[in-house]
Amino acid sequence: MKTSLPCSRQAHRNALSVFLPRSTIKNTQRWSSSLSQKAGAAGICFPGALDSKFTSALKFEHPSTHPAIRTYRCTSPDGDIIDPSVIPPPDSLALKLYENMLAVSIMDVIMFEAQRQGRLSFYMTSQGEEGTCVGSASALEKEDVIFLQYRESGVFMERGFTLEDFMSQLVANKNDPGRGRNMPVHYGSKALNIHTISSPLATQIPQAAGAAYALKMQRRQNPETPPRVVACYFGEGAASEGDFHAALNIAATRSCPVIFICRNNGYAISTPTLEQYRGDGIASRGIGYGIDTIRVDGNDIWAVREVTKKARELALTDGGRPVLIEAMSYRISHHSTSDDSFAYRARVEVEDWKRRDNPITRLRKYLEKKGAWDDEKEAKARSRIRGEVLKAFSEAEKEKKPSLRTMFEDVYEELTPELRAQMNELKEVLHKYPQEYDITEFEGGRESLNK
Amino acid sequence: MRITHRAFSPSKAIASLTNRIAHNVGIQTSQTSRLYSTHPPNARLNVPVDYSTTPLLAHRVQSALDNPELPPEVRNGTTQQMNLFQSINDALSLALAADDNVLLFGEDVAFGGVFRCSMGLAEKYGADRVFNTPLTEQGIVGFAIGAAAEGAKAVAEIQFADYVYPAFDQLVNEAAKFRYKDGGNGRHVGGLTVRMPCGGVGHGALYHSQSPESLFTHIPGLRVIMPRSPIQAKGLLLSAIASNDPCVFMEPKALYRAAVEQVPTGSYTLPLSKAEVLKEGSDLTIISYGHPLYTCYSAIEKAEKDFGINIELIDLRTVYPWDKECVLQSVRKTGRCLVVHESMVNAGIGAEVAASIQEDKDTFLRLEAPVMRVAGWSTHMPLMFERFNIPDIARVYDTIKRAVEY
Repeated sequence: MKTSLPCSRQAHRNALSVFLPRSTIKNTQRWSSSLSQKAGAAGICFPGALDSKFTSALKFEHPSTHPAIRTYRCTSPDGDIIDPSVIPPPDSLALKLYENMLAVSIMDVIMFEAQRQGRLSFYMTSQGEEGTCVGSASALEKEDVIFLQYRESGVFMERGFTLEDFMSQLVANKNDPGRGRNMPVHYGSKALNIHTISSPLATQIPQAAGAAYALKMQRRQNPETPPRVVACYFGEGAASEGDFHAALNIAATRSCPVIFICRNNGYAISTPTLEQYRGDGIASRGIGYGIDTIRVDGNDIWAVREVTKKARELALTDGGRPVLIEAMSYRISHHSTSDDSFAYRARVEVEDWKRRDNPITRLRKYLEKKGAWDDEKEAKARSRIRGEVLKAFSEAEKEKKPSLRTMFEDVYEELTPELRAQMNELKEVLHKYPQEYDITEFEGGRESLNK
Repeated sequence: MRITHRAFSPSKAIASLTNRIAHNVGIQTSQTSRLYSTHPPNARLNVPVDYSTTPLLAHRVQSALDNPELPPEVRNGTTQQMNLFQSINDALSLALAADDNVLLFGEDVAFGGVFRCSMGLAEKYGADRVFNTPLTEQGIVGFAIGAAAEGAKAVAEIQFADYVYPAFDQLVNEAAKFRYKDGGNGRHVGGLTVRMPCGGVGHGALYHSQSPESLFTHIPGLRVIMPRSPIQAKGLLLSAIASNDPCVFMEPKALYRAAVEQVPTGSYTLPLSKAEVLKEGSDLTIISYGHPLYTCYSAIEKAEKDFGINIELIDLRTVYPWDKECVLQSVRKTGRCLVVHESMVNAGIGAEVAASIQEDKDTFLRLEAPVMRVAGWSTHMPLMFERFNIPDIARVYDTIKRAVEY
């Protein structure tokens, strides 16, 4: 009698099939009665852990006994390709990706300043993380659904969000699809399949798992539907939320085609990772949930792109499964315009990262070595993008704000009698006290509140 | 929640209910009678509700089919005797059959659910449409929101309303605000329905008895529904699933087996945000919803006889957005009003109803007594004291008396 692996997964599956009813229940129920501890077995056969061998050495597993998960990179900081299996895209596409990263970084500087001048209520830059966002987004299909945290402007830029789209949202004018309800940088686009950003951290992670399950079911119902995945972005701080745990676990147990992309940039506002977790980053957790996991150099756009491409393939394997990518980078920017990060970290540390390793300069070196880019092109591109941003910004500022009526709409599919009454009440207040309110900038004025 | 699974094993629930039903029909059970299922020997008011005779349930086929809210084809159809969990099962089955996009999931849903509401559905509709999730309420609701955002009709189950709080953030900040934040993009999670058993059951204590509906009625964007009977549960649940707004559907667990009536077998919906006048009257209005309606009805029978008055009884059905007009009209007619609910009096549904009544100048002028509330005390649900906490027939009767004598 073979005793070495009495509880192998295959054996378990075989045992299971005997107990399965004729009905359609497949792989969702484990009949623990099908498992039994055989005499002389080399490992345990409890339903909660399969394939675990016995040991007579009392030893706790400690993270330090396991080496840290390696970080994949395929481009050296000097811009040389070091993984021979990687074939970067044609120069035309490489240049497009470069310009998208550049555009995000230039827009970030201008809008940060605009907030300082009081022209915006709030802003968040993504300096240092352009590579993670643009690189991963470039490896997804347009039909793939995306959930974001907030520091992923590069994803919007790469998918085709225009400067006008960015500016309309930032200044909350009447062209903002969010209808002026959300804080700046809470972008969203149905056309680009990107869900609208909300402030509560990590809430989008289990949502991404559910969305991925819905996509999987749609394809099961109609095999003509193209295969789609969901990509979900979040920071390493958000990964401490309960929703992260819930999401990875549920995505694994329901075999959801979702790619979790963690931007580990070293800080959650002022909290360094040392105070965020003690394990081997976020990647080590993926393994615990039974999820394919990889750590990648977020400053290496080709590595991020390559990893995301492979992750997408994996996510669509066997009808769907989740994948976790941890992209390592450094948050060069302040957390937001409401934060002065030099209150908790040294200026020199930031300057170091900015100069020493940066996704934009690394791709620039790559392009220069190929003769596709030079100082003159750089200067020209920078000045063109700057001009475009400033123009889009000033035009967006001139637009009217959404109508006051939109304050009451979209709470429910239809206005409730209560909301209609309250809309009318506001209208009467504005009528009685016209000097107390400036409503000239809102489209349609007071009349928009008519039933 | 594993522990609750054990505590509420169906056999145990049946035992306690058998005891109660036996009592109702005057049979002496050989078992030692249990404290939570007995009433004092000389009680005149606080006698158990007889669900087999209450007019709030349709015991005859014709009374079930006479319901004017039902579509003609259903009124011309057949009925079947069902209790509340069976009618919910029937509604879920009809929803799953009608639309491939309907998904049903939660803790222990696949084997039929700890209250048997999803019995047979995994076998019938497949393990990928009716399935168990890991034990994580925030995960269940987050997952459901995401699925709904991509076009699924996600019917999520929270095993007990008492355990919905881990999912509160997802409900308040995400589900309720999804359409509003997405604005002109037009995406929403209207396909979301979150079902949860609620209310006292005699021995549920702190964490198997809660009625947190008023916590949800303070959230714009959610529809909050609580049925009182099998017919209602079926129609309102099918409406909630069909609704393009996210719905919180609260099922009074004490009625799962107790409330039995003839339920139309066809598929039908009942209107959301519309109250139902269960009994017309001219001297006083009682507003309630869910399980306490039976208590109210018993109290009304006694009070009408004792005081020679005529009482109107209104079932809110949807507690938010609620049917204010129906309530105001009734109170303008009767001039007296009391609101009855199980959950704590403070900031409960009664507070909103009372405030709305006094705020409406036409109704305010017609008031002949203060609006009164009969509700749970401002405490938690204690195991041994449940029957002193939940509004009972004596308390409703006494409040009617005080309102009339004011």
